[in-house]
Amino acid sequence: MAGAALRERPGPLDYLSRWPIRAWLWAVVIYLYAPLVTLMAFSFNVSKRNIVWRGFTLDWYKAAFEDSDLITAFGNSLTIALVSTLVSVALGALTALLLWRFRFPAKPALEGALSLPIVVPEICMGVAMLVFFTEILPWPTDLIWPLNLGAIIISHISFSFSFVAIVIRGRLASFNREFEEAAKDLGAGEWRIFWDVIVPHMRPGLLAGALLAFTLSLDDFVITFFTSGPDTTTFPVKVYSMVRFSVTPEVNAASTILIVLTVALTAVALRVSGNAVVAIEAGEGL
Amino acid sequence: MDESWTKAKAVFAILAIPPVFWLLAFFLIPLGVIWGYSFGENKSLTEIAVNGTFSNYVHAIKPLYLGIILKSFWFAAVTTVLCLIVGFPVAIAITFATEKSKAWLLLLIMLPFWTNLLIRTYALMAVLRTEGYINFTLAFFWNGLSGLTGLLGHPLGAFQPLELLHNNFAVVFGLVYVQLPFMVLPLYAALDRLDRSLLEASLDLGAGHLTTFRRVVVPLATPGIVSGVLVTLIPSIGAYLTPDLLGGPSSQMIANVIERQFKTANDWPFGAALSFLLMYMTFLAIAVQAIVSRNRRARD
Repeated sequence: MAGAALRERPGPLDYLSRWPIRAWLWAVVIYLYAPLVTLMAFSFNVSKRNIVWRGFTLDWYKAAFEDSDLITAFGNSLTIALVSTLVSVALGALTALLLWRFRFPAKPALEGALSLPIVVPEICMGVAMLVFFTEILPWPTDLIWPLNLGAIIISHISFSFSFVAIVIRGRLASFNREFEEAAKDLGAGEWRIFWDVIVPHMRPGLLAGALLAFTLSLDDFVITFFTSGPDTTTFPVKVYSMVRFSVTPEVNAASTILIVLTVALTAVALRVSGNAVVAIEAGEGL
Repeated sequence: MDESWTKAKAVFAILAIPPVFWLLAFFLIPLGVIWGYSFGENKSLTEIAVNGTFSNYVHAIKPLYLGIILKSFWFAAVTTVLCLIVGFPVAIAITFATEKSKAWLLLLIMLPFWTNLLIRTYALMAVLRTEGYINFTLAFFWNGLSGLTGLLGHPLGAFQPLELLHNNFAVVFGLVYVQLPFMVLPLYAALDRLDRSLLEASLDLGAGHLTTFRRVVVPLATPGIVSGVLVTLIPSIGAYLTPDLLGGPSSQMIANVIERQFKTANDWPFGAALSFLLMYMTFLAIAVQAIVSRNRRARD
């Protein structure tokens, strides 16, 4: 009886069931989702004018898939994301292990330097990379694919491996040192301990870091904008030039594909890693 | 955990060399070059002489550019305040939800944030255009109303679409749209740690919800508010895409000026100086946060 009475009247702190808060929450959700949902919906619209619904079609997806520039850009994006993820995870894991295991004189300096790629404004990093790859290390433009993407890949690794290092270091913090000692007592060498004890423990962190690096790379526009050339556009850079030109359902179709891809990847990342990725992307690394 | 590096020098070297090399070669050196250029000047079209001049910084604080820097700050500040106002009730709602709905609500707020920034900005363009959804809806109601008054002999005349895109309003609207999740998350994290019995005590002792919010919730959530303000403010100051696509000629921000120096105006030293001014502002903001949180910890 008491339970039923409690359920009828919300507790004093049960703000979610109060109508002003509820209405506010709904308004915010509509504000956040309405533009994206309409964008996705109108990628299936017959009318080119984008506002009035004239019927369902997949023509814009067909147009997007037949647009060879767009497909090339998409292929470039995936290649860049894949390569930069592999290198970022390797570098991030080394960094995490280094900071987790050792005490050394320049440790605070290194930690500070590693947080720089996270806090430096994208535009500054973009122009730095532009100058670096034209003046200091001129990247040849006539290399065969995928080597011509090298400059973009290097920039992407530079901004994502710090994020990966934070994720993996977080995972390592929960490592139980006794396992390592047990392995040592049982006669395992340094390498064996690393491979059979530490790496298995790191695995969820490695996976979460990889997914984070992949989405960061796939999403990046500003830094890529400064390092890409006419033959090395990525998907966001290509979409940018389409958006500047006009608002057409073909752009909506291309965007929808990317939205679905990143949401799917993020769902996987959440499954594997709990809230680590959320925390990092929200700037807790700051 | 805290092994001295001298005990296993080989392992230390294997772990340290690749990341340190990468950070140095592909991050610190590029930034260093820009920093050097900010003290240089154009000698010819392709040549830049780094001669220790401060002229670029002097140029950057001339009224035109100082105005743009201040405007960037102003846009970012307005965005942050709006995010705080819009985000606080959302954070409260999430904090006091049941465990299960909490996870879903967090996901609901975070999901748009994982969508590509460019795509989110493009989505807003479609909403705000003169022939966009808002104007379309307004025109629909206007025409309906006009039809009604037309029956009475006074039609309202043709609908004039609102100019919602390519102005300062659109930039702030877009920045709030993009930055809102950044604000909600730290607020939620702070509110979630809050001792609820304090709120209950305040309510029991006769304070209303608004008084409790003002006198209990806000003071206790200050660290979360500070970090929320910073993670919203810092990226907003350096925003490039939002003012570029949603803004008009008079709503350009510092990042757009930097881009122009490097891509079209070809004045790299000046662009470099502006970049570093932006970086210094960022570091200043982070330092302020560090000091605030240290002071709080010292007091507690």
